[in-house]
Amino acid sequence: MPATDADLTAATLASPTTILRLTVNNHPGVMLQICGLFARRAFNLEGILCTAIGQGDASRIWLTIDAADKLDQIVKQLAKLEDVLAIEERPDAREQVGDMAAMMARIG
Amino acid sequence: MPRLSGAQIIISQLERQGIRLITGIPGGANLPIYDALARSTTIRHILTRHEQGAGFIAQGMARSTGQPAVCFATSGPGATNILTALADAYLDSIPLVCITGQVPRTLLGTDAFQEVDTYGMSMSITKHNYLVRSAADLLTILPKAFRLAGSGRPGPVLIDVPKDVQTEMVEFVAWPEPFLAADHLPSDLKSVGQAAAMINEAARPILYLGGGVIHAGAAAEARQLAEQSAIPTVMTLMGLGILPTDHPLSLGMLGMHACRATNLAMEECDLLIAAGVRFDDRATGRISAFCPNAKVIHVDIDASEIGKLRPADAGITSDARHAFAGLLPLVQPRQRRRWNDRIQRLQKDFPRFPPQSFAPGKPFQLIRRLAELAGPKALISTDVGKHQMWVAQSYPFTTPRQLLTSGGLGAMGFGLPAAIGASLAFPGRPVVCFSGDGSLQMNIQELATAVEQRTSVKTVVFNNQSLGLVRQQQRLFYERHYFASSYSISVDFTAIARGFGMRAFDLNGAADPDHLLRQAMVEPGPCLINVPIDIEEDVTPMVPPGAANTTMIGDDHASN
Repeated sequence: MPATDADLTAATLASPTTILRLTVNNHPGVMLQICGLFARRAFNLEGILCTAIGQGDASRIWLTIDAADKLDQIVKQLAKLEDVLAIEERPDAREQVGDMAAMMARIG
Repeated sequence: MPRLSGAQIIISQLERQGIRLITGIPGGANLPIYDALARSTTIRHILTRHEQGAGFIAQGMARSTGQPAVCFATSGPGATNILTALADAYLDSIPLVCITGQVPRTLLGTDAFQEVDTYGMSMSITKHNYLVRSAADLLTILPKAFRLAGSGRPGPVLIDVPKDVQTEMVEFVAWPEPFLAADHLPSDLKSVGQAAAMINEAARPILYLGGGVIHAGAAAEARQLAEQSAIPTVMTLMGLGILPTDHPLSLGMLGMHACRATNLAMEECDLLIAAGVRFDDRATGRISAFCPNAKVIHVDIDASEIGKLRPADAGITSDARHAFAGLLPLVQPRQRRRWNDRIQRLQKDFPRFPPQSFAPGKPFQLIRRLAELAGPKALISTDVGKHQMWVAQSYPFTTPRQLLTSGGLGAMGFGLPAAIGASLAFPGRPVVCFSGDGSLQMNIQELATAVEQRTSVKTVVFNNQSLGLVRQQQRLFYERHYFASSYSISVDFTAIARGFGMRAFDLNGAADPDHLLRQAMVEPGPCLINVPIDIEEDVTPMVPPGAANTTMIGDDHASN
């Protein structure tokens, strides 16, 4: 099926978003831990970028989340995960994360 | 330098952790672990008849002692069978370490025989879980699993070990230190001063205590706080035993099946001092209508519980014992005569139970009589249903960890194996399992384990030949449209028990039921007691699911 215009541009979200920057243990189950937490606790996850850092023992995950959505609970629940080493709220990174999303949309 | 297989490393580390009892069932994928366990001279293995039984027996040990307990299962069906017990431990914050066998690494992901994604399936019902990828990793994973299970807010940890990791040989320099004491994060006590001031200023405070107080070993401090400031106290199902049932400040259990006076008192309180509780819907009813005029102090070791469902005016992220120790010197001694008089008035207006004499068919006097016969040292487990709520309402609990019950998950089939676990952990103490005919049939095979392991479990079956609480809801909320909630055949539980080699007693038609009960309770060893209960005997009062706690129905004896 040919890509539509809608596929080619990053979604424009109606509600304001914020960015969480996570440092996590890098192993095959860690993405499942993070995504599973959002799914089972009914938190909205708008976007996720993940890459290994350092010697490959850790990963950096950037999460785009709905700023109005129980942010305090999201941060506290993430902090309880044993594989999450650090969490920072980084609304300042919204633009760069948005640029990355736009770049991915351009790849198509 | 030690050179050992992964399986030997697991067993040696469990020995070094001080584990003396392990429950489980062997199968193809965990046989190397069992081979190593067979050589252990210090660990006794409890062979169960179903992995769910193994999980719940381990829970019975953990709940009664407060220490992490260990259970084993094989891959595939062994793992799926034990998941219910893990979910139960997760929701009630019980320290458990479950070690499952898995297909060899080379077969992972190929839909091999008895392969399921145990790691993925257990993720959302464990505090943490591992899929072990090399035997050397076991050296760090085992002590970490015990630290996680027992520290902070306790919970279950699962370690999934592929068969070829169990047989892989590893040479290592030294054993890691076992993890032996709980390792809590430092308490955040900065709100303690504010909380104490709130208590001192309050006219109508209520203490709301839950399982977290028991996990923290803080029952004595909780009692001191209640007495020092004359604060009426309610407990969750998981908190029963923190204050003795007959303590003048105890209002018993709150929530869906609380006595009317308790929920009405909460409606009037101006300060709720919540500790080790999570504002569960069965306790709070419709949360927006729960203690509507109260400010809230919330003490919990899990920061994410504070403000999760009810905003706290003062939040204290701490183990309850440290928090109470911080509060006690700042809380003024008070009598609170007006408030306590008001509560006594409510209790007088709305008595706890209908007047009932001791007779088969009626639950309350029977429970009180069994309590007398069992004595104050008895450990009590329940299954899930009407009998569970009747026990919660009427058993004279005297100490924390006396009641073992599936609170969060509400898992039928919990009672018998949990009682076996308690009996194994405390061989000298009487253990009574209150069960129902529906619940008992969910893990009835463990009657064999109760006999085989020479436990002292007395299983009392409240037999109404139905799924009583389901039937009650159909009567109250589905226009008496009874469906799939009663059994059309009558099961002879005494014959079944005898088939397992267990003594059995039947109160049905007994000429002298009290004599029969005495006989059953006095003789050593396990037994089963069948007690007929009227099918129309309901649990009252009841707050309809989703309603405010002040909407209580069914307790006609209390309406005045």
